[in-house]
Parts: sequence; structure tokens; C-alpha cells
Amino acid sequence: MTRFRVAVHIVPRKGILDPQGKAVADALHSLGFGQVHDVRVGRQLVLEIEGDTSQDVSASVRAMCDKLLANPVTEDYEIAGVSPA
Amino acid sequence: MRFGVVTFPGSNCDDDAYIAVTEALGAEGVRLWHKDHDLQGVDVVILPGGFSYGDYLRAGAIARFSPIMQEVIEHVRRGAPVLGICNGFQIACEAQLLPGALLRNASQMFVSEMVTVRVENAATRFTNRYTNGQQLRIPVAHGDGRFTIDDAGLQRLQDDGQVVFRYVDAGGRPTEHSNPNAAMDNIAGIVNARGNVLGMMPHPERAVDLRCGSGDGLALFESMLCAVAA
Repeated sequence: MTRFRVAVHIVPRKGILDPQGKAVADALHSLGFGQVHDVRVGRQLVLEIEGDTSQDVSASVRAMCDKLLANPVTEDYEIAGVSPA
Repeated sequence: MRFGVVTFPGSNCDDDAYIAVTEALGAEGVRLWHKDHDLQGVDVVILPGGFSYGDYLRAGAIARFSPIMQEVIEHVRRGAPVLGICNGFQIACEAQLLPGALLRNASQMFVSEMVTVRVENAATRFTNRYTNGQQLRIPVAHGDGRFTIDDAGLQRLQDDGQVVFRYVDAGGRPTEHSNPNAAMDNIAGIVNARGNVLGMMPHPERAVDLRCGSGDGLALFESMLCAVAA
């Protein structure tokens, strides 16, 4: 068993009204960053987790996201990185 | 006729709900604890408002997995009634007892005010003492009340009479201004397809006596009494 460090990004699903993201996009536009099309503000979780391989760990974290960490109605998640802790 | 009121860590309207059913309604109230697996034979379960588990992760996301909720889910499967108020509505959605989700108010502000809601379906076991189109004054107090669902889900709610309450203005119109959180279609409360779970953001337990500004919420509890007695 190895200890892995896993980062999960959870963001509001595209198409769901994200007032915070919109406010940030508006602020970026007013600062001259006109090339920004869309901003969504979410959260990042960092987990330390035991597993045999990074594939096993990713599968476990996906199960955690489906069951608890992300809301299947309104959020998308992405396992952003799995590395030895 | 026994009403069970669940207390989660962070619930803060459990006392209000208990007093509403015992003192205002005159029914029997039973305190239920989140760690228990026993509903003590209650007829109705109330999931009260508050901030269970500090709203950590998402409002209701952690409470949904507490021991008592496994019993509440079984209670719903048996067709028995559950009323989720505010945080209780959020918990019911997280537990998939109700469709959709409650997101941060579009204003990003906590809203605490008296609102007007219109009864859209008076044929439920929670609203049979109201009439369709009746306007009620009931307070809201929440930061995450923006009801959100996919298009197909919204269509089903509308087609099947599952929208029970909408935010309206004094003239009874569901306007943007009368919608305290930018909920889709001004939705303030819904029932599940089977009709035994009601989730609502406004607090009927805070509107059971004119001394608290409105008595319009009392008939909701009386409706449940009629439905269970019937």
C-alpha cells in the first residue's frame, strides 16, 4: 500500500447559474481581460489516501465524488492529480 | 398522531417545529436524535431548519448520511410523510427524497424576511387546508435557497403538480423581485412524485401565531393532521 495525495476540483456544472463566477468574470473584463469567456468558482479538496496503484485510488475517489463530495444535480468534478504523498 | 422532529448537530429550528406541533397544533411531538436508528413510531417526520454540520461541503450533504436519515428514507419508502423545512429541504434533496438541489442565493446574501407564497397545489396531504391560489405570508431565512433542477426535471414538476408553493408579489404574480433567492420558476416548495415528501424553504413553523407576525403556516400542520387521520 502506498499513500497518495489526490486533488479533486469541483465546479458548478456549465449552464447552471453561478453568480460568483459571473461576478469574477465581470471584474476580469473590467480589468481589461476581455478574452475571458466564462468563469466558474468551485472548490478544491485534497485527500491523502492509501491504495495499491494510482488507478485504484482514482476509482475510490470517483466513488467518493459520486456519493458525497460532488452534487450530481449541479456539479462536475475532475480528479486533477494523483501523486505519491 | 405523532410528529417526530429530528435534531442534527446545527439544527436551530427544531424547537420551533416542536412547539408548532405541540402548542400551536396540539398534537404529540417526539424528539428524534440524529444518531438514533429509531423513529419511535411517529406518523410524520419533520426535518427542521438550521445549519446541520455547519453546511460543510454543501448544505445537507453530511446530515443526509446520519443514522436517523436511513430510517427516514425507509419511512418515505413506506409512503409515510416527511416535511423538510429550509435545511430539511436541503437534506431531503441531498438524500434524493426530492429532485433538484438548493444553491447559494443568487444575491450571495443571506435573506431573512417575510415573503408571500402562493399555494399552487392544495390537493397534497400537506396543503389540503389551503385553497389553490391562496397567498400565505411566511418568513424565509436562508443563504442557500435557490432551487435548481435540469429542464426535464422542471417540466415534470410543473406537469405533475409537484410545485406546491411559489414566491409571488402582493398581487400574486411570480415576479423576479418577489423571488428571494432566484429559485427556478419562483419555486419555494415541492413534493415528490408520490406526494409524501414536502420540501419548502419558507418556515411555516415560524408562522403559527399572529404574535409571530403570521398564522398562515398553521394550516400546513393541520393539513397533515387531516391527511393522517383520514
